[in-house]
Amino acid sequence: MALKKNTVAYKFFNLGGSELLGKCLTTGAALVAIVSTVTIVVFISMKGLSTFTIYGVSVKEFLFSAGWFPDRPPEEGGPQVGVLAFIFGSVLVSMLAVLLSAPLSITCAVFIVEIAPFWGQRFLQPAIELLAGIPSVVYGYIGLSVLVPFIRDNIGGLGFSVLAGFLVLSVMILPTIVSILTDSLRSLPREYKEAALALGSTRWQAIRLVLIPAARSGLITGIVLGLARAFGEALAVQMVIGNTRKIPTSILDPVITLTSAITMDMGNTPHGLPVEQHPLVDGPVSPNNVVLFHPGSPLRSK
Amino acid sequence: MNSRLADKIATFIFWAGALVVIIILGALVAYILYHGGKYINWDFLTKPPQVIRAGGGIGPQIFNSFYLLFLSMVFTVPMGVLGGIYLAEYAQNNKLTEAIRLSIETLNSLPSIVVGLFGLLVFVNMTGWGYSLISGALALTVINLPLMVRITEESIHGVPDSLREASLALGANRWQTICKVVLPSAFPGLVSGAIITSGRVFGEAAALLFTAGMSSPALDFSQWNIFHPASPLNPFRPAETLAVHIWKVNTEGLIPDLRRVADGSAAVLILVVLGFNLAARWLGRKIYRQMTATN
Repeated sequence: MALKKNTVAYKFFNLGGSELLGKCLTTGAALVAIVSTVTIVVFISMKGLSTFTIYGVSVKEFLFSAGWFPDRPPEEGGPQVGVLAFIFGSVLVSMLAVLLSAPLSITCAVFIVEIAPFWGQRFLQPAIELLAGIPSVVYGYIGLSVLVPFIRDNIGGLGFSVLAGFLVLSVMILPTIVSILTDSLRSLPREYKEAALALGSTRWQAIRLVLIPAARSGLITGIVLGLARAFGEALAVQMVIGNTRKIPTSILDPVITLTSAITMDMGNTPHGLPVEQHPLVDGPVSPNNVVLFHPGSPLRSK
Repeated sequence: MNSRLADKIATFIFWAGALVVIIILGALVAYILYHGGKYINWDFLTKPPQVIRAGGGIGPQIFNSFYLLFLSMVFTVPMGVLGGIYLAEYAQNNKLTEAIRLSIETLNSLPSIVVGLFGLLVFVNMTGWGYSLISGALALTVINLPLMVRITEESIHGVPDSLREASLALGANRWQTICKVVLPSAFPGLVSGAIITSGRVFGEAAALLFTAGMSSPALDFSQWNIFHPASPLNPFRPAETLAVHIWKVNTEGLIPDLRRVADGSAAVLILVVLGFNLAARWLGRKIYRQMTATN
């Protein structure tokens, strides 16, 4: 470091042989991560739980009804905020998206690693990793300007539908899943495949009976992360699903998800009244995170 | 079934699956670049947007995106790098380290809209800053910190132990070793990590809707006093970024040439993001070559 000797800055960076300083700085930064996580979780759950503690909404009604009357006067039974439609919408749309994109991703990843290793590795994998960086709002916009009119004109309904929602999501999570799956397939020892081939199995048999079972935990991680990304995505979904607070009866019906409800109600809530509406919605989101997103983390860190 | 036939069929299916994925993604990018590319010109890139008339540009939005990126990197890079150093070099196998890792995993799994909500409650309302660049930058820091920490940790783990041992054997202490030996060797990884997180910042919209806001005051690019409300550099002014702009013109836009603005913005957005990711790869490889003197 080009600091002059005997200046304040020089002394500061050399403090106690500077070892102490380094330890303090790095520990401090690591503690920031803990503090911010705790703050976020506490804040969101406090605001969310106030639905039950301050506004007296029953937990059962909250989770299992689809009625939405947040400003109903107390003489008619107080506010009712059932989020069943939101939860149902979120689960439905993200599950369908994963069901569609998981098999596609698996075939694509196997293709990259096993069938076309040379140009798969040189061109396809980098290209797909690049595509994983496309902002979700772009996917939403394409959904809105291409998919929604297409569905409206050719299949029926309004266009804003479960179908549009899960198609957009499944394309959006494709690159993410494919790049994780590719990494996990590639990290398998070469000997597995060689042993299988040496025993006389065909390539398909080696893939089906040896490689895919061996890479199973990586495959599951990739798919769970894709599900998590689909479940947490807000804007891309909000733009194409129509956002009606009703349980859909057909795949062409509009629907609402937890994240799109947050997106819309956060803006409609006037300043100074933050407890009135949106925390009612975000209440279920934080527990959902813990339950739904956590399976991913132990697997990811192996 | 004959196992050779099964192998042929399976190979065909793998080809078909991969082709479908490539066609979908390729068509998507081609569509955006084709439709948006023809609207990109100097006027579009520099003019301010219009509210109800046609002919607006996206100048302030592009500026806001880059400035917000800069502000959030000011927080993200030092904290992420220091946190990564802690995990890679200092952390022992104890409860504290476990808590840190758990926190980082949790932060990483938060949907960005939830971070946006947190930002609205804390950075916007509690601090009294209102919709501002600084609130947006802090919300983005929350989103990107886990990634930066993980990338730093991984690139520090990639530094061979022999380098560390040599430095320690010469009498340097741990912090000196980290600053003078470990960090320079991990530098390529850190640079590409920082650029990858930049790409994420650039495309993020959900966390910014209600932190950095959905409007931009009239900017006066000759006003360089950063506390002046019309100064583009004032961190306490609201700022609509490019990604937010795409969302906003589509959901509540009144302009007649909505498609033109949205197509053009989407093309600019993915060009910049793809540029960031390509730059990360290229720069990482180049620095690596220079420092290791290999090909």
